[in-house]
Amino acid sequence: MPRKKIKVSDKLEYLQILDEKARIDESLDPELDGDTLLNLHRLMLTTRLLDERMLALQRQGRIGTYAPVRGQEAVQIGTCYTLRSSDWVVQSFREPGVCFHRGWPIGSILQFWGGYEEGCAVPEGINDTPIAVPVASQLPHVMGLAWGMKMKGKDDVAIGYVGDGGTSEGDFHEALTFAGVFDAPAIFIVTNNQWAISHPRSRQVRAATLAQKASGYGIDGIQVDGNDVLAVYVATNEAIDKARAGGGPTLIEAVTYRLAMHTTADDPKKYRDDAEVAKWEKRDPLIRFDAYLRAKGVLDDKMDEEIRNDIKATLKSGVEAYEAARDVDPRDCFKYLYEDIPAELVAQAAEFDEALRHEGVTIGH
Amino acid sequence: MAQLNMVKALNLAMREGLAEDENVIIMGEDVGQDEGVFRVTEKLLAEFGPDRVIDTPLAEGAIVGTAVGLALYGMKPVCEMQFSGFAYQAYHQIEGHVSRFRNRTRGRFGMPIVVRMPFGGGIRAIEHHSESREALYAHNPGLKMVICSTPRNARALLLESIRHPDPVIFFEPKALYRAFKEEVPDEPETMKIGKAHVTRAGEDITLVSYGAMMRPVLEAADDLADEDGVSAEVVDLLTVSPMDTETIAASVSKTGRCVVVHEGPRTCGVGAEVVARLVESCFYHLEAPIRRITGYDVHFPYFAREQAFLPGADRIKRAVRETLVC
Repeated sequence: MPRKKIKVSDKLEYLQILDEKARIDESLDPELDGDTLLNLHRLMLTTRLLDERMLALQRQGRIGTYAPVRGQEAVQIGTCYTLRSSDWVVQSFREPGVCFHRGWPIGSILQFWGGYEEGCAVPEGINDTPIAVPVASQLPHVMGLAWGMKMKGKDDVAIGYVGDGGTSEGDFHEALTFAGVFDAPAIFIVTNNQWAISHPRSRQVRAATLAQKASGYGIDGIQVDGNDVLAVYVATNEAIDKARAGGGPTLIEAVTYRLAMHTTADDPKKYRDDAEVAKWEKRDPLIRFDAYLRAKGVLDDKMDEEIRNDIKATLKSGVEAYEAARDVDPRDCFKYLYEDIPAELVAQAAEFDEALRHEGVTIGH
Repeated sequence: MAQLNMVKALNLAMREGLAEDENVIIMGEDVGQDEGVFRVTEKLLAEFGPDRVIDTPLAEGAIVGTAVGLALYGMKPVCEMQFSGFAYQAYHQIEGHVSRFRNRTRGRFGMPIVVRMPFGGGIRAIEHHSESREALYAHNPGLKMVICSTPRNARALLLESIRHPDPVIFFEPKALYRAFKEEVPDEPETMKIGKAHVTRAGEDITLVSYGAMMRPVLEAADDLADEDGVSAEVVDLLTVSPMDTETIAASVSKTGRCVVVHEGPRTCGVGAEVVARLVESCFYHLEAPIRRITGYDVHFPYFAREQAFLPGADRIKRAVRETLVC
């Protein structure tokens, strides 16, 4: 009769492979080779050191406001490591590690935060979108890209990033609605870092997990330990393989923590306890993976030092490239608005040119 | 040549767009099986199939937002907003991404997207179905804002918009959808975006308008010729942004007088921009203050009051007569 239980998806899983004491669950170990493990370590460390460098540059006034990524390195590297160049990445505004692995020059990453549109000029050969500032507004783009791949019969995937706060936005709901209905090869990574500026995860939604939202759209969802790069890697690769094979979209909630401030303009002491931060410091994804690699004999002090020196050299040349390219032409604001500049804008560009000359502004090039 | 109403003419443009470029897709609410609530997409699903003519879930933000991703992947989406009054749910995608991507990426990724929407009053519809908010889009850098006014220019401008490399907000005056027929060429015909059209030549005064208001404006011009012996020139903007200053300025430089007519609210409306440009470009040719006959700065009344509210030929004629005696 008409009152009975309705069967909904009970497929929701949680995945952790390497715990915070660096103990591995051997039954879940993806058994990656030494080079891959070392590469994951190198990329996470690059993300960490790049982040530290960016904060220093901000404090020195050499870039503007910056949104640090400390603590979220495993989510970034684990999700993008195996992507092909023909896949597409749709970033939010806190994915410098992903950008670096995808081939964005460090100088280019710095340019966005330094106030230059050139930081959004996606380098030729890279199929990524630039930083998207309005929260979650990039998620329909993930779905649109994935949909295009399906229309054109490609086995590529589109992967996109959003935070826990972004899951409250309408665009999250609409993107996942479309992804489910049109069964597109889209992968949505929710970097649940517990805080949307001052607003805690518990106040975004009453649901116990963000991953379970997937079932509302009829798609697969999984929650992973976002500080365990192996769990993130495995869950994402399962989603990628499924999507390439025509199995449709996946929502992955990576549980992690924003160890630093929302942006350099934010003071987290106003809304969260140091004790909570200290608890998450112990779960730092780099500490855990470093210990695991050393125990496994993949990494030692000498190798670590070499890797760090390499990264520092890369960062140094990246900063130099950024600072060497600061002399830009302000008149460029007219140049790229349309394919052909309308007459009205030609006139305004001439007016701007005249104003700059009158004000004695030196034109860069 | 075939005699078509505006609905059939717009349909023809989309059929041509779909046929000539496999990357063109039509997407929106009820555009497939139902063929659009105004039947503008009639027979397109049957002819081109569900991969090209796509019924989407009811989510304007995702219609335009996924169009951004599709455009990045090489598709050319033609999105339908069922009514312009619901397009605000997509406005953040239009403002935040559609209009910005080319500039943001320094030219790497253009946004060849058309967002079609019926606008304006006159069809006895309920709230949110009668507004004219073209100024919102015209104010937005990176967009082209086009408004058709006859079957022939509707077809030509929509086909041009579909071929256009940059995003076009395409307003369709729904009061004119089935109001009259016009000869539309069988062969694909396009009109350049950014060009106004002198619909009626005259010497004494210039009337500037667009969309559904072109009908009362032309009616007023005819009446003024018959009743007063006044020769009014009528300019149809067709593209609200980028606005064709040259054509309106040339006309007003000749006539020395101007009345601007639109349905949308007056303050910061398209008429204000027309007046500002005329003052900047042909002030010394002006013989009288420029008048604006527009919607008032109030919410569009429910339909029991709409015919009283909408500017008509009488209101326009009175403004013209007052302008001529200055």
